[in-house]
Amino acid sequence: MSTQQRRLVVVGNGMVGQRLVEAVRQRDPQRRWRITVLGEEPRPAYDRVALTSYLTGATEAELGLVPDGCYDGDSSLVVGEAVTGIDRSARLVTTTAGRVVPYDALVLATGSKPFVPPVPGADLDGCFVYRTIDDLDAIRERAASVTSGVVVGGGLLGLEAANALLALGLSTGVVEFAPRLMPAQVDQGGGEVLRRKVEALGLTARLDTATERIAVAGSGLRLSFADGSALDTGMVVFSAGIRPRDELARSAGLAVGERGGIVVDEACRTSDPAIWAIGECALAGGRVYGLVAPGYDMAEVVADRLLGGDAAFAEADTSTKLKLLGVDVASFGDAHATTPDALEVVYADPVGGVYKKLVVTDDASTLLGGVLVGDASAYAALRTMVGRPLADTPEQLLLAGPSTSDLGDDAQVCSCQNVSAGAVRAAIHDEGCADVAAVKACTRAGTVCGSCVPLLKTLLTQSGVEADPALCEHFSMGRAELFDIVRVTGLRTFSEIIARHGSGRGCDICKPVVASILASLGSGHVLDGEQAALQDTNDHFLANIQRNGTYSVVPRVPGGELTAEGLIAIGEVARDFGLYSKITGGQRIDLLGARVEQLPAIWKRLVDAGFESGHAYGKALRTVKSCVGSTWCRYGVQDSTSLAIMLELRYRGLRAPHKIKAGVSGCARECAEARSKDVGIIASENGWNLYVGGNGGFRPRHAELFASDLSDAQLVALVDRFLMFYVRTADRLQRTAAWIEALTEEHGDGLAYLHRVLVEDELGLCADLEAAMDRHAGSYTDEWAAVLDDEEKLGRFVSFVNAPDAPDPSIRFETERGQIRPVVAGPTLEVVRR
Amino acid sequence: MTVLDVRTWTVVCRFDLLLPERGVAALVGDSQVAIFRGFAGEVYALGNRDPFSDAYVLSRGIVGSRGTVPTVASPMHKQVFSLVTGECLDEPGIAVPVYDVRVRDGDVEVAGP
Repeated sequence: MSTQQRRLVVVGNGMVGQRLVEAVRQRDPQRRWRITVLGEEPRPAYDRVALTSYLTGATEAELGLVPDGCYDGDSSLVVGEAVTGIDRSARLVTTTAGRVVPYDALVLATGSKPFVPPVPGADLDGCFVYRTIDDLDAIRERAASVTSGVVVGGGLLGLEAANALLALGLSTGVVEFAPRLMPAQVDQGGGEVLRRKVEALGLTARLDTATERIAVAGSGLRLSFADGSALDTGMVVFSAGIRPRDELARSAGLAVGERGGIVVDEACRTSDPAIWAIGECALAGGRVYGLVAPGYDMAEVVADRLLGGDAAFAEADTSTKLKLLGVDVASFGDAHATTPDALEVVYADPVGGVYKKLVVTDDASTLLGGVLVGDASAYAALRTMVGRPLADTPEQLLLAGPSTSDLGDDAQVCSCQNVSAGAVRAAIHDEGCADVAAVKACTRAGTVCGSCVPLLKTLLTQSGVEADPALCEHFSMGRAELFDIVRVTGLRTFSEIIARHGSGRGCDICKPVVASILASLGSGHVLDGEQAALQDTNDHFLANIQRNGTYSVVPRVPGGELTAEGLIAIGEVARDFGLYSKITGGQRIDLLGARVEQLPAIWKRLVDAGFESGHAYGKALRTVKSCVGSTWCRYGVQDSTSLAIMLELRYRGLRAPHKIKAGVSGCARECAEARSKDVGIIASENGWNLYVGGNGGFRPRHAELFASDLSDAQLVALVDRFLMFYVRTADRLQRTAAWIEALTEEHGDGLAYLHRVLVEDELGLCADLEAAMDRHAGSYTDEWAAVLDDEEKLGRFVSFVNAPDAPDPSIRFETERGQIRPVVAGPTLEVVRR
Repeated sequence: MTVLDVRTWTVVCRFDLLLPERGVAALVGDSQVAIFRGFAGEVYALGNRDPFSDAYVLSRGIVGSRGTVPTVASPMHKQVFSLVTGECLDEPGIAVPVYDVRVRDGDVEVAGP
């Protein structure tokens, strides 16, 4: 059989080249073609559209596009070898490694290169382009030693690159030649809203600006502009468009366009019938497409042709959608209203930062295209309506948004992979796909640019299977996304945050979440300013509310170690205020039955005796429980008590998505029950073994081993990283165990993922996480003592605003076993829950 | 026609003492009243007793909104009440008393029963 096989050689293993291989394999079960792919980059194809995510969390493996088993006996992939020449008469290609490969059909999928404007200095150290994983590695390395960066080019890719620099913590500017951002996609009105939005995120945009030269200035670079002004920066990223990689075709004598691009016909065939060109290197119908969807279409056309079909490439949909940290920008169809007699219907809200334009036919019966800035939630649905008769008026569509329930089964949901609404519905109903990940895996929808994912969610929700990720009615995002927004934007009041990223005035769900985020980011006392109104009653009164409206008080007892004097002081407080006392599971003492107006006096006594808040009331570190360890125990191998005290003092006061408990055992007998804690540490002969993700409670779970035989310093560094990563990325009220389970759903093995991020530092986050924890530990103050020193805050601890010392008459106690217990007064209301 | 307001108004505190979107408890006669200041400076007054827990704690709940209705959530088990009507928005048929409240010369005043 192999003698009859024909030889297909593909030059380039980018997204489009890889797609061609898969498309041919799908259509060629008899293996009529033997495929050789020659890729210049040192790695197999990866998702270039999602490249920015490589800097914000995604791994190289996660971006990979080559499925297991894609290359087998009948096809092979060679990476790290560029093709240097084509011998068209002999039908051979030659590579940089001297390899000579014969072909019957040759497909050029060489892609494009970033356009670097010909300005002097553009090749200096510190100047980069934004195209490959290697480019991003180089950018990341430079970014570590500078504080600012400038992106030359304010188009789609330029803003992506700017977003990446921002994510790397750089003060970031964008320089654009045109009078608006994203000039190819949006109009002037949309560009203006976009500029305001990105500037609010901390980017600075210089429009109408031509860069004339770049020169070394001190340790950085200086950009000089045509208007005589200059800008100093640490690094420059060029993202000013792309140019087709057509040099190989040129040298082989194939026809190329005047401004570049390999000329192809509707079959994507070049001027040599044995050679094809697809993707960004091809000039199809007089256009070079810089988007992946048309490239995929071309790959499908060539695959079809190679197997005897007659598919043709038609003019492609250039709809795009970009999401830049909450700012959505989308354009679709005839966005610039070039259709004769087209009408434009514009909705603009400069204050709210929303701009929407629909382009319709002159009788307003058919949607032609549009631009959406600030709110592109309707993008996926609107795009499917292009060219179809409208059921609603354009005004209704703009204001109320399109309805997805009547989305026809033939409407295209994912244009990158050409998946219809019907195919998604079939995946949900017939294949049992219950979440976005399953729908993606089954249909490939949403796997390229991701812009249709909201539509996939809507279709899932309509089928009754998808949970809404929104925090509450006021915030459409989850906690982790909100944390990132607050961290990156620097917004530090609830009013600003909800005004820009939410709606309404908040509730008992989102307010404590924002309060916790602000506290985690070190924003002063939890009762300062507007923060006071965000706190749940426990955090508001720095004590735990009990069933009768009284509170309990728990002083910190680090590591459970308590002196006789301390024990006596607590006992005296309990006696003098008539409180019920009980030993907690976390090796502390709980004092119950305190009325609001008693709290400051109780704290005063405790603080004077050397105690501080134990944060029993907070979603925060509670205790680090320990055994007596090697100091006393004849079996102990390490000093667990000292370590527990050190850890508790380091992490005290750390606000988190949920409470955090820790334990340290001095030997493998595990008397501190450390494996039932979020962070459990068990001594070994050689140091400490770290376990993570345990809890008791409703669904008990043992912590799992994360690292072994650690020194004190290694242990602290790892716990720093683990806790800070948890604080930043977990969902509301999600303990570490549930968080790790969620990571497993997202990344495969959650613990292995954490190991890659927190031990191998795959995301380059570790130093930042440790620094954040250092800041937390360095800025810790006792919340009780701070209230005692603040007359205004003390004034809130009253029973009644007009009778500050009058006890609440409804609070009554009786005696049981020599202590108080609440009297539950009168008949209680029966609440029937359905 | 002029209707004379014959109710007794009790001064409970200075308006400036109220934190935006937070409540305080006050004694009006024998009644415990929860007084709230809204984001825009509006003032609401409800009975302080949480009918679900029988504890007098509504003044310590988180103030917010549900749709366009200003609300407070009980600090005990988080049932949400309308600050305007006193109705529980989570359990139809359950409500807490609403008191008339006004600000005069910088004083918050609650009308007696």
